[in-house]
Amino acid sequence: MKKKQVLMKGNEAMAEGAIMAGCRYFFGYPITPQNEVPAHMAVSMPRAGGVFIQAESELAAINMVYGAAGAGARVMTSSSSPGISLKQEGISYLVGAELPCVIANIMRGGPGLGGIQPSQSDYYQAVKGGGHGDYRLIVLAPNSVQEMADLTMLAFDLADIYRNPVMILGDGNLGQMMEPVSFCKFRKRKLPPKDWATTGTAGRSRNIVKSLYLIPEQLEAHNRKLYRKFQTMKRCEVRFEEDIPEGCELLLTAFGTTARICRDVVDKLRQRGHKAGLFRPITLFPFPEERIKEVSSWVKAVMTVEMNMGQMVDDVRLAVEGRCPVHFYGRTGGVVPSVEEIVHEAGKILRGIKK
Amino acid sequence: MKDRLIISGFGGQGVMLLGQFLAYAGMLDGRRVSWIPSYGPEMRGGTAYCSVTISDTSIASPVISRPDTLIVMNSPSLDRFLPAVRRYGIVVANSSMIEHIPELDRDIHLVSVPAQSIAEELKAPKASNMVMLGCYLGIRGGLSEKAVEAALQKAFVDAVKRPDLIPINRAAIERGRELALAGN
Repeated sequence: MKKKQVLMKGNEAMAEGAIMAGCRYFFGYPITPQNEVPAHMAVSMPRAGGVFIQAESELAAINMVYGAAGAGARVMTSSSSPGISLKQEGISYLVGAELPCVIANIMRGGPGLGGIQPSQSDYYQAVKGGGHGDYRLIVLAPNSVQEMADLTMLAFDLADIYRNPVMILGDGNLGQMMEPVSFCKFRKRKLPPKDWATTGTAGRSRNIVKSLYLIPEQLEAHNRKLYRKFQTMKRCEVRFEEDIPEGCELLLTAFGTTARICRDVVDKLRQRGHKAGLFRPITLFPFPEERIKEVSSWVKAVMTVEMNMGQMVDDVRLAVEGRCPVHFYGRTGGVVPSVEEIVHEAGKILRGIKK
Repeated sequence: MKDRLIISGFGGQGVMLLGQFLAYAGMLDGRRVSWIPSYGPEMRGGTAYCSVTISDTSIASPVISRPDTLIVMNSPSLDRFLPAVRRYGIVVANSSMIEHIPELDRDIHLVSVPAQSIAEELKAPKASNMVMLGCYLGIRGGLSEKAVEAALQKAFVDAVKRPDLIPINRAAIERGRELALAGN
């Protein structure tokens, strides 16, 4: 029997997925284009016996997340680009204190206040740290309303497993778009007990949640411990989707909305007789560098398409290591590239190859 | 079957609802659907549009740059989107609000409907979007009666608790469909 489908916005599906995954605390501050997340949470969280608070600012919201996560709760916040910049201090502290939580960034154009239309220009900020200090977030990049729900559910488990914040990196288009979504029952995995949480000292000595280490050797040891976690993420959590034909002449790499557009581009190029392929990272950190490295030894060329001036393409180039040419095409500022213009750009690259 | 629609008009003319209506009915008929609104500083009187895809196969890009179908409720929308319509595409234009509909030199099937006048005749001045919807359904077919009926329930009962609005909106859809089938 077909599963029951609901027509929802990506933002709503994400909020609903979070509640189904056992998130009971949401702290946020409004910003377009993610307002449906707090709107949905405001209605549904109290019904689920949880707490929704519209904080007085992004700073307050992220520090409420710190408090709830420190007490061992499943907690989430969401925002869009400028608001996520405001939260960076708190995110750095969350990683430092090894607190699990989920943070969604429904990206809009920047820098500064920018605009409110979809963008992918916070890629660097999301995958390279974002705040101060030497750290990483697990970054998940959904490309459909269904994945907005599914990856959010996954995000809570990953956060608990690694005691690290997980970021859902979507864009305004994914947040605003409606598609059918079906919610599978959330299967609880066996997770490590949160014996580090500050839940009261009855029967045990006190737990301290902090990111302050004044002795350099101690901080270095802490940094090394975090680094080992990031290395484990790289070994165990890489996720991607690919469709690469034998003898691939042009491999398109894209994430999120842009990957959906590139799917049409690849089909169109194939109709014209080109051997085109598509590679879509689902985790942006850990980045699927090993797989890109493998395929770059035999594909003729790579083209990365993003809604920015070229960010993920750096990671693609690091993985390709010069084994084949890596091209870039991007639109930015809230402009979503059309299938036609990407096909046109791809055509130029393919003509270069075929000469 | 795959139809990529852009539905556009003044804010307040119900273009978002019209798009959601189609997406919802399409979903109930077992099709793949997507709906994307233009979002931002749109307001009553400004121009708003949405992109809807209804397809028998999985939808790659939900973003529509070249629509198969254009439903336009006002002049600025027609001016903006007409050049993007694909060859052999369909344009449904609300002639109550669009004084000058240009001669088309391309292979596009244009249907003009005085949707606002019809809605007012039906004493349902806000239902011009449903007249347009009916007209679209008359031309394209493709959505079952059952799904359209369920979408009416969803739009007027589940969402706004106004079951009294269903008959008048159903009548508006029927009038639009009749006009389309009569060859307009």
